[in-house]
Amino acid sequence: MLGLREFHSFEAAGIRYLYLVPSAAVFALDDCSEAVLQELRGGPQPMADVASTLSSRFDAAEVSDTIAELQRVRALGEMATRPEGLSPPAPAPKIVPLRPVPLQTLVINVTNQCNLACTYCYEYGEDKIVDTTNGQQPKFMSEATARESVEFALRESRENKHAHITFFGGETLMNFPVLKSTIAYARRRAAEVGKEIDFSLTTNATLLQPDVIEFLTNERVGVTISIDGPEEMQDKFRVFNNGQGSYAMAAPKIKALLQRHRTRPVGARVTLTRQTLDVRRIYQHLTEELGFWEVGFAPVTTAPGRDYAISDGGFDHLLEQFRALAADYLAASLQNRHHGFSNVRETLQEIHHGHAKAYPCGAGIGLMGVSTDGRVALCHRFAGSDEHGLGTVTDGVSWERQQAFLDTHHVSNKTDCQTCWARPICAGGCYHEANTRYGSTQAPNLHYCEWIRGWTHTCLEIYGELAARNPGFLAQFDDEPTEKAS
Amino acid sequence: MKHLKAINRKATRMEEVTKDVVALQGPPQQPEPPHIPNGCSLVFAPGWEADRNGGTAGLCQPVERDLFDCHMGCFWPAQVPDQLNHAPDWTAKCAAAQKDWRKIDLIFPDEKK
Repeated sequence: MLGLREFHSFEAAGIRYLYLVPSAAVFALDDCSEAVLQELRGGPQPMADVASTLSSRFDAAEVSDTIAELQRVRALGEMATRPEGLSPPAPAPKIVPLRPVPLQTLVINVTNQCNLACTYCYEYGEDKIVDTTNGQQPKFMSEATARESVEFALRESRENKHAHITFFGGETLMNFPVLKSTIAYARRRAAEVGKEIDFSLTTNATLLQPDVIEFLTNERVGVTISIDGPEEMQDKFRVFNNGQGSYAMAAPKIKALLQRHRTRPVGARVTLTRQTLDVRRIYQHLTEELGFWEVGFAPVTTAPGRDYAISDGGFDHLLEQFRALAADYLAASLQNRHHGFSNVRETLQEIHHGHAKAYPCGAGIGLMGVSTDGRVALCHRFAGSDEHGLGTVTDGVSWERQQAFLDTHHVSNKTDCQTCWARPICAGGCYHEANTRYGSTQAPNLHYCEWIRGWTHTCLEIYGELAARNPGFLAQFDDEPTEKAS
Repeated sequence: MKHLKAINRKATRMEEVTKDVVALQGPPQQPEPPHIPNGCSLVFAPGWEADRNGGTAGLCQPVERDLFDCHMGCFWPAQVPDQLNHAPDWTAKCAAAQKDWRKIDLIFPDEKK
């Protein structure tokens, strides 16, 4: 008996496509292959029956060729019939790396202090993991620890020619002296060991003094600015300790930075909350009025029930907003114009490569985070947490702990994900979000499944549209994606 | 492929490289080496004690398999028809020796010659 295996079908530019699961390959269908799949949608049938039903439209040889091709890409398969019904497909093998993977990005939290007091902050807000206010960790990373972190990043990059360091906080620029000296040190050490190294940082922009801007420009440091939109939205949550909004202070400094810093694209990173969901308005303000090259959006990470948490209805609304902005992205891309909606660009890149992820992100594999005292954790969001620690920059990370993490966090452990077609791209979602929401990094983020599937479907349609109408545009995605800290 | 068109890079790789999606995720597979029993007469050991992996799963048993193991794998001059010159197809009906050995018949001289 011949039956359908796992895939998601979509249509774009009048063409039918398949997104295969778990391989993440995208194929376009012709009339015959579409007819075969349509025929089998009702349930498994013997191959001869399919050919005879379709005999009025396609000759038998054509149907059997098509079936062979669909079987070869695993869109169809033999279904063994048993008394209790069809046998379930064999589970995908669980393949865990057998030896340490080179580190691509090290996120260094140079401070855990911040001059803002954003209500929703995952580091300071109600859902924090590590007590940075009253805890044991130093408030600022010392120069010595920063240097050890650089050594760690170079060492752990192993056979890779390239290492990348992201500075993070707290507010990163509150420890500008150490940041500055660390970059100089890292450049020298990378040259000595024959590697390339580059840098980026995330900041709230309030401390971007002219000398800082000058330094970031000259050192080609990639800058991401956390900002939530126009004044009324920014000032809802991104406030100083006294409750005063930060827009008035940040906006002129951002303009100054964008005017001067041309060596690397400067991006904005927006946290979306229940109260600030007007994606198009935010995008338009940040690109047209402030001049950002790219804007990325992420729903706030929160336990359920918080005032700013996005509810189910909110996710539907968010998806509509994302779709509207994605339509603008498509229109621009068809004419080879730049559009800065980075959420689409990143998803298109993943679709283009067809990576079938066993893990939602590179945390604990190609990306790690360092706390101010030099402890290494899964990512910057867990920096300083013993429970999520892997080692220290001085002594290195424990491969046993890393392996245990990889073993317990593989997507095949997430039962709920096994029937979802979006798992090659989602793999259960952010560990930190899961930990905040469900109390465990191993839990899949079930609260946004519908949203992920809806969004992935939209991006597949855009990909299909571009593949049909402007395939040259997709060549820009040929390079491998790199991990970003957010 | 005629009916499916590869669109993304993974699809192109699948089309070019392999027929097995699951195998794509694992390390490259080595082809199976030819079956040559260990402990055979090549080293003048009388035994059939161990297979090529040092285990017992691939021994020269059942006896029907000797036919192939001896004259092909081990170059032992077993008494079989001359497969190079006179009887190239004498095992054509014997796809799996254990099952099909009865189909191997005697070889008679061609009467027309």
